[in-house]
Amino acid sequence: MFAYYFDLALRSFRRNKVLTALMVLAIALGIGASMTTLTVFHVLSGDPIPSKSSQLFAPQLDPQSMEGYTPGEEPDDQFTRYDAEQLLREARADRQVVMSGGGLAIQPERQGLSPFGVEARYASADFFPMFEIPMLHGNPWSKVQDDRRERVAVIAKVLAEKLYGATNAVGKSIRMDGHEFRVVGVMDEYRPTPKFYDMNSSRYGEVEQVYLPFSTSRDLDLGRNGSMNCWDAGDDVEDDPEGETGVNAPCTWLQYWVELDTPEKAEAYERYLVNYSEQQRAAGRFQRPVNVRLRNVMEWLEYRRAVPGDVRLQLWLAFGFLAVCLLNTVGLLLAKFLRRSGEMGVRRALGASRRAIFAQCLVEAGTVGLAGGLLGLGLAMLGLWAVRQQPVSYADLAHLDPVMLVATFVLAIAASVLAGLVPAWHACQVTPAVQLKSQ
Amino acid sequence: MELRPILSTLRRHKTAASLIVLEIALSCAIICNALFLISQRLESMAVVSGFDEAHLVRVQVGGIGTDDNAAALTQSDLAVLRGVPGVEAATVTNQIPFNNSSWNSGVNLARDQTHPNFSATTYMGDTSFIGAMGLTLSAGRNFNPDELVDWEELDKPNSTVQPHVVILSKAAADKLWPGENPIGKNIYSWGEEPHRVVGVVEHMTRPNQQGGPGAFGYSMLLPIKLPYTLGGNYVLRVDDPSQRQAVMDAAEKALMANANNRLMVEKTTFEQKRQEYFRDDRAMAWMLASVCIALLIVTALGIVGLASFWVQQRTRQIGVRRALGATKGQILRYFQTENFLLATLGIVIGMLLAYAINQMLMGRYELPRLPLPYLPIGAVVLWLLGQASVLGPARRAASVPPAVATRSV
Repeated sequence: MFAYYFDLALRSFRRNKVLTALMVLAIALGIGASMTTLTVFHVLSGDPIPSKSSQLFAPQLDPQSMEGYTPGEEPDDQFTRYDAEQLLREARADRQVVMSGGGLAIQPERQGLSPFGVEARYASADFFPMFEIPMLHGNPWSKVQDDRRERVAVIAKVLAEKLYGATNAVGKSIRMDGHEFRVVGVMDEYRPTPKFYDMNSSRYGEVEQVYLPFSTSRDLDLGRNGSMNCWDAGDDVEDDPEGETGVNAPCTWLQYWVELDTPEKAEAYERYLVNYSEQQRAAGRFQRPVNVRLRNVMEWLEYRRAVPGDVRLQLWLAFGFLAVCLLNTVGLLLAKFLRRSGEMGVRRALGASRRAIFAQCLVEAGTVGLAGGLLGLGLAMLGLWAVRQQPVSYADLAHLDPVMLVATFVLAIAASVLAGLVPAWHACQVTPAVQLKSQ
Repeated sequence: MELRPILSTLRRHKTAASLIVLEIALSCAIICNALFLISQRLESMAVVSGFDEAHLVRVQVGGIGTDDNAAALTQSDLAVLRGVPGVEAATVTNQIPFNNSSWNSGVNLARDQTHPNFSATTYMGDTSFIGAMGLTLSAGRNFNPDELVDWEELDKPNSTVQPHVVILSKAAADKLWPGENPIGKNIYSWGEEPHRVVGVVEHMTRPNQQGGPGAFGYSMLLPIKLPYTLGGNYVLRVDDPSQRQAVMDAAEKALMANANNRLMVEKTTFEQKRQEYFRDDRAMAWMLASVCIALLIVTALGIVGLASFWVQQRTRQIGVRRALGATKGQILRYFQTENFLLATLGIVIGMLLAYAINQMLMGRYELPRLPLPYLPIGAVVLWLLGQASVLGPARRAASVPPAVATRSV
């Protein structure tokens, strides 16, 4: 029966080429626009670390002074060095990491290469196992090396190739900002989308190329990147000799993450944060009422509004456009079916049930959707190509994956069948007698 | 024109009529909001920075490791840069406009205020800053050399050195003291002591939109002699904009020759910075405009499709009317009036919908309320669109010969 209806649909298209083309085009435009924006949204709003996004947490404390205090406000997104190092020492989570972005100048030994700047990340040892950083050669440094402030580095594959060519970079020495470091590991391709653990800089761009122990970076007072928020700690507090990056500086500038394997541990850790804040308040270091947060990766992305506002807006806009295209299709299908009332009347008179007419109409609508989906897929490819030409950091990520490919056809056919419901219902209301008489 | 027959016909074609109304309503709502969003983007792109963008370039250098002699080298760099052919003026600053990194600080009117009046961006520069950047002083004066403070002194732990004067943007001064003369008044921002306002510049925009579009004008300039290590922003004012690239190249050479172990971070004109900064807004405005056009086309096609169907369906009635004496013009106007009625209903619903969408966007994107003039614009566009689309089918209807009435089909 389905094949027969399908055949009827194709015949009807041939009879009414312009109208059919208009419907297919309308659906294709709507589908093309929505799938382009939906794919971009899908890529940007995905889980950057699916295997453990519910076990990684970003704690937040509120170490600021009473100046500018508004009750109910979110605590700071980042940590002071004092709190970060204290929590790191107490090590109450399964794993924990303190880190900061940085900028370094590399002075290559290789002939013909002049010094160049790279983005770096200063992190404690747990960084690598926590975020499942893939290693190509060698290993990350250990906690012991952290404590000894060793001058070791993990570098990205691209940088290793640039500096040492095809030879294994592990064990080589690398000169950065006037200091000698030993390469202990080479990192394989790694591109969390977004770069959830530090959203201050290019959240959808490439990750840093050099990784050093955080302790070493402070030892050498290496330059930091990212956002920093400082406040007036009060007149009686001595300034830290190291300045804004000092242990006692009233500045938040560090990212702090913990890994907690079970929900019970997460609850316990939240209580620990409350206790810690209360202790700090009692000691006079914290002034504001206790205000802590413990968000896992997806909650954190939601809170930080990881997906750019424009991308969401485009998604809404595209679906609005699709709605108009569908209304248009409903109208055109209605015209098409009612124009064939005579034919329907004959079919009814020859014994076709209303249900059969209804099914025939829906098959025809679905066929229009299939054609619209095919064309819409082409348009979505074109749209994604256009997105890739844009100078945005996520441009190279805008590709259609199999899920979205299937979703395109499901959306197109579902939308057109939905659009066909009202016209099909009208078509099957045709009274055979009236239609036969007017022939 | 008699409306009654039109209305009674429409009552018999409820589904098709309501489809047209809905389609027009949705298009109207989306187009009103899209036009509003486009105008918002264009407005933010047209922001007046106050800087002489056409003549300014930024040459950003970095050192390798720490530089203990940065202050002296900065002065020597500036002397070298001022000697580069084509350079009218040179200065060093912590930040430049249309950039994502910025320095911000709370501005207070009293020393022990718990909540600052607002957050302003903090430019730092010496006496050459205003002139080199091409900023316009609308009141007061530039800094005097004896008012300058060395960054190294200021940045030392437990330092009590602080700037005692400040130059504000007009937007910041007007916000603090509406309608009053700000010169000689005090603000509190850096350190314990007040900063006396000695000058007001017409415009001095923030580097970026931190703090929302309303705060784009809040800025201050503190009299600080900076080392190049704080941002590394050497800003040059060239006498001939066409020579900007050549000047930047010459400046790079001069800077590289003036010290060892240097890195060139970035060389850009201020115009490029502005261009890049608003790239996303421009792309979004284009996208919104293309969606509007696509919507109009799709809606027009929908109207043409349904109107043609109606004309075909009513061929006999039209023939009868023609046979009974109706003119071609009357038939034409019948379809035009019908479309006008449907469009009007669609526009009314569309405006309500437009307001609803705007409310939703206001909540999510901190957009202002949709100004009323956008509604009539949307209405006129859709009325015209409806009339243009129905014209073809209506003329086909008008050309139906009266003889059709006599045929049995």
